[in-house]
Amino acid sequence: MNSEPVMPTALKILIAGGFGVGKTTMVGSVSEVPPLETEERMTEASLGVDDLAGVEGKASTTVAMDFGRITIAPELVLYLFGTPGQDRFWFMWDDLAMGALGAVVLADTRRLQASFASIDFFEERGIPFAVGINCFHGRRDCTPEQVSAAMDLDPATPVVLCDVRDRASSKHVLLSVLEAARARASARLASAGGGH
Amino acid sequence: MPEQRWRTGPETGRYLRPYAITGGRTRHSQHAFALITLVVARTAHLADAGHLEPEAAHILHLCRDRALAVAEIAALLDLPVSVVKVLCGDLLDASLILVQSPPGREDQPSVELIERVMDGIRQL
Repeated sequence: MNSEPVMPTALKILIAGGFGVGKTTMVGSVSEVPPLETEERMTEASLGVDDLAGVEGKASTTVAMDFGRITIAPELVLYLFGTPGQDRFWFMWDDLAMGALGAVVLADTRRLQASFASIDFFEERGIPFAVGINCFHGRRDCTPEQVSAAMDLDPATPVVLCDVRDRASSKHVLLSVLEAARARASARLASAGGGH
Repeated sequence: MPEQRWRTGPETGRYLRPYAITGGRTRHSQHAFALITLVVARTAHLADAGHLEPEAAHILHLCRDRALAVAEIAALLDLPVSVVKVLCGDLLDASLILVQSPPGREDQPSVELIERVMDGIRQL
């Protein structure tokens, strides 16, 4: 029917990292709309029924997310989701992973340890990611190689210095994530093709 | 109501009120929506929408000419995502919206799809 609109497909890239590291700034520098904010609460809908017993009476968990949007084509929309770096957002992991091409882990060299939880999170789940060292304070006092070693990263994980206030710099970080995702997809293709 | 077991302190009212819109439901019984499930109003069916609650009518209005993600609707209505998922489930039951789910975790993206996204970002 002509009256029914074409339904686009939505994908996302997650932007994780510690508090104040620049997640919302990065979303805002590339999004076509000002960053929006919403929240999800842990309810029984977020848990298996069997998990409920231990949670009764505890304070609820609310996760606030900033996000933006990039229309790639009329039928393809990319969302950027800034997510807290802590393990308290485990309860909505399935939803965060839906349609995720990869993730950015934003880090500050003065507080690298604030990014460890996010890195573990994506490594454990096999999500392609890149580490962006946000140098918004103007100091480029380390090399990507030093950060990679300090964080004990897989050598294939991209590490880029960036200033996420700058659109070109944020684009570069997103492209690094997508290169990692493309490498993963190519490897998958090769191993599938070489199986006989 | 199951939510009451979770509530303590002065935020109780703030928490419970959004779920009054859904009749106390925190999830839809039949439909699962993701943060980036896209929603479009079926304009041909809007004549059937006269009986809707204000929030549901607002969703149809927002999605009349464009596809919006569940998270965008939640942000624009200032409601928790889970409430919007329930409302969208009801709208889907009433055939008032079309929805498009994102690829699932097993549905790995192709090299071609990733390169399309890369091209789009380069052109920003």
